[in-house]
Amino acid sequence: MALIVSHGHSVTSNPLKLSAPLGASMAFMGMDGTMPLLHGSQGCTAFALVMLVRHFREAIPLQTTAMNEVSTILGGMDQVEAALLNIAKRTKPKIIGLISTALTETRGEDMKGDLKLILARNPELADIKVIPVSAPDFTGSLETGWGKAVTAIINALAEPASARAQECNRINILPGVHLTPGDIEHLVELVEEFGLKANVLPDLSGSVDGHVPDHFIPTTLGGATVENARALGRAKLTIAIGEHMRISAETLQERTGVPYVLFDRLTGLEASDRLMVCLSTAAGKPVPAKIRRARSQLIDAMLDGHFYFGGRKFAIAGEPDFLWSWAKLINDMGGELAAAITSVHAAHLTQLPCQQVIIGDFQDMEDQILEAGGADLVISNTNARLSCQSLGIPHFRAGFPVYDRLGGAHRVHVGYRGTRDLIFQLANVLIEHPGHDHGPVHQPQQTTEHDHVATPALG
Amino acid sequence: MLNRKKIQDLMTEPGCATNQAKSEKERKKGCGKQLVPGAAAGGCAFDGAKIALQPITDVVHLVHGPIACEGNSWDTRNTGSSGPELYRRGFTTDMTNLDIVSGGEKKLYKAIRQAINKHNPPAVFVYQTCVTALIGDDIVAVCRAATERMGVPVIPVEAPGFVGSKNLGNRLAGEALIDYVIGTREPDDAGPTDINILGEYNVAGEMDIVRALLERLGIRLRTAITGDARYNDVAAAHTARANMVVCSQALVTLARKMKERWGIPYFEGSFYGISDTSEALRAIASMLIERGADPALMDRTEALIAEEEAKTWARMEPYRARLAGKRVLLYTGGVKSWSVIHALQEMGMEVVGSSVRKSTEADKQKALERLGGDEDKLVDAIAPKDMYAMFKEGRADIMLSGGRSQFVALKAKTPWLDINQERHHQYAGYDGMVTLVQQMDLALSNPIWEQVRRPAPWEVEE
Repeated sequence: MALIVSHGHSVTSNPLKLSAPLGASMAFMGMDGTMPLLHGSQGCTAFALVMLVRHFREAIPLQTTAMNEVSTILGGMDQVEAALLNIAKRTKPKIIGLISTALTETRGEDMKGDLKLILARNPELADIKVIPVSAPDFTGSLETGWGKAVTAIINALAEPASARAQECNRINILPGVHLTPGDIEHLVELVEEFGLKANVLPDLSGSVDGHVPDHFIPTTLGGATVENARALGRAKLTIAIGEHMRISAETLQERTGVPYVLFDRLTGLEASDRLMVCLSTAAGKPVPAKIRRARSQLIDAMLDGHFYFGGRKFAIAGEPDFLWSWAKLINDMGGELAAAITSVHAAHLTQLPCQQVIIGDFQDMEDQILEAGGADLVISNTNARLSCQSLGIPHFRAGFPVYDRLGGAHRVHVGYRGTRDLIFQLANVLIEHPGHDHGPVHQPQQTTEHDHVATPALG
Repeated sequence: MLNRKKIQDLMTEPGCATNQAKSEKERKKGCGKQLVPGAAAGGCAFDGAKIALQPITDVVHLVHGPIACEGNSWDTRNTGSSGPELYRRGFTTDMTNLDIVSGGEKKLYKAIRQAINKHNPPAVFVYQTCVTALIGDDIVAVCRAATERMGVPVIPVEAPGFVGSKNLGNRLAGEALIDYVIGTREPDDAGPTDINILGEYNVAGEMDIVRALLERLGIRLRTAITGDARYNDVAAAHTARANMVVCSQALVTLARKMKERWGIPYFEGSFYGISDTSEALRAIASMLIERGADPALMDRTEALIAEEEAKTWARMEPYRARLAGKRVLLYTGGVKSWSVIHALQEMGMEVVGSSVRKSTEADKQKALERLGGDEDKLVDAIAPKDMYAMFKEGRADIMLSGGRSQFVALKAKTPWLDINQERHHQYAGYDGMVTLVQQMDLALSNPIWEQVRRPAPWEVEE
């Protein structure tokens, strides 16, 4: 059992949290022929865009309503209308994801109401699905925004299916933002091994998986289609991955009657077993020999790998479901959690095998590591690099954003095979950094240029 | 809200060459282009202010706003430091819904105190953002109170995103420096050959190259504004004898105000390209001599220029044969394009297009001359679609640009070189030009191009 505590500082130092509109934009990246549109000033889009470009190493479609001082006072409806018409004319998307930001929500804009009026008076927008998402930056984080966008897409597009249209071999998959395009690809393969068909929404593996199209596409270049979203009601079961997908899965069930199973994670032996049982039951077929073989390989990997995890200390910082998935894997392998830092409150994190989970930033991670007398490995995104450099601790990059390593989009974390490879990757880093004891770690450098003595942070 | 007068003045800056070229009426309208919703690109005013000030390495940069403003952007610019690393840390008040309801001034005050207690900086820069401006947080008052009670200068930077573009943010950052920082410290070592460079951000640490050239001439760089700067040097920038303004549209107002207040003459120049570098060194030398430096400085400068130019061309010579005839698309903002065009042409390369989005009229004229008067080659902005077509149709062999358009080139299987703020190579000065040529050669001659362009075996028509 872990206690969830907020770091309680007024100043956030080296932020871990990312904005909800960024998460919502990412969800729309997994929809085909889409242009996400942030309703805010143009910096909201520019920052999100740069981060997505650097992480995925792809051209990213993302637009802005370019709110200015006047429209901030008078209301942004005209900006929304102009933006929608401009996008419709220039890029001809199938979907526009209209995402609010802290700016427009603080001034109390009725974006959904405005949108109705705009759509009613502009017939040229009739062929485009404009999906409004309320995702202000001041509430939640990356996973929050992703979840809200997926729910909005379901609300806008998913339809209940007639009994005749139901397909008994069809499964919906609602992946969380912590799953990579590689994860989704592998998950679909697994589903197909059972003779089932997968309908993934949103599907990053179709758009930002690094393929090279042979002509220029100004919108997203793949992913779940409008038809995919409409057909969600035809499946016999929905598999949602990550607690932040619960509301989306429930919404889908309410709208279409398709029941859901929520997996807290798909990494690890026990978690993968649960997935296989679920798929096997759904398909009415035994687990295929190929997958049984993969399970056996994972067991071997755990046998070979556990020597390097036992007694070692890990610091993990990331979004709640990212933290959950990695922390459980480390625990499965006999490692110890020296620091668990997350961006927003999530009730299920009380179940983590550590003393406390801190809602905080990378400064908190550093402080926790020092308090724990050091750590052997930090698992987090690229933004942990300053902390890792100053503490002299190896840094295993995972999550979002990772822009100083290649191949993140293709790394597989799910199922027997994904877990097997992950154990090898982690074990290899641990082998390279044996760290026989947890002696004094490097203290972060104090500024010495000024005379007065630094005092510890207050409050 | 913000001082409208201040923004108006920045928009009609008399020292700006673009404005000078305008008619009286046009000038009054100001230079703020209305951003087009749904078709805009680029950062906001906050982004611009942060870019212009963050290179000050030893201070705390604290962003007062919700998480997006700092959480989505911290430590992503590749500006270098020769010492302190504090500027790389991201500080924000991370305003959540409760904070917004109750107002953020107290939280900001506490955040300033915590940051000072923890990091002991010589100053704190506090950045206003859209949301905190909208709810009426008075950051100027909070900063004043914090300065008085904590004994550390706390500087308000009033450039919330919605007031305008990145470029306006650059200028507002200059305003913060002139209002609160420059002239607040009297150094005991002011000398006759001290200069400042305005608008230089030490990308990829390339100020090393510039500093080394200046040192050989006995010229001391008091500070760049703000590349690799220390707070106390910026505070003493008013004691310099001359200002050089690079990236002129950003900080020319600051230069003009420094001239009015402290009589520091300034000129606009660039350290990109061989001829520009030489011109810049000459201009610095002559300004310093006018203000009382030893006239022999000019002889030393000419000697250095002659030596460096000869050496540089000699070092670039081996690449001439390899690069001759290659077609370059130069797609960049801040860098003064014409000088780089000159160097590329000297290498026998053809410049098929050059963007002049952020160039002044004079720059455009020079670039146009270089391109043989072909106006079609001077472009404001190219839509990604048209850019992609250029590469697909083989109208350009390589693109030099910033990271954002990178994947347009790469997806069209075309070599690309980063020449913006995220790059990792130093392209300034004489050495930088050699590096640029080397990097272009590496990009163009890489064996992957031939492989990735070859169709798959099953796509080959019989």
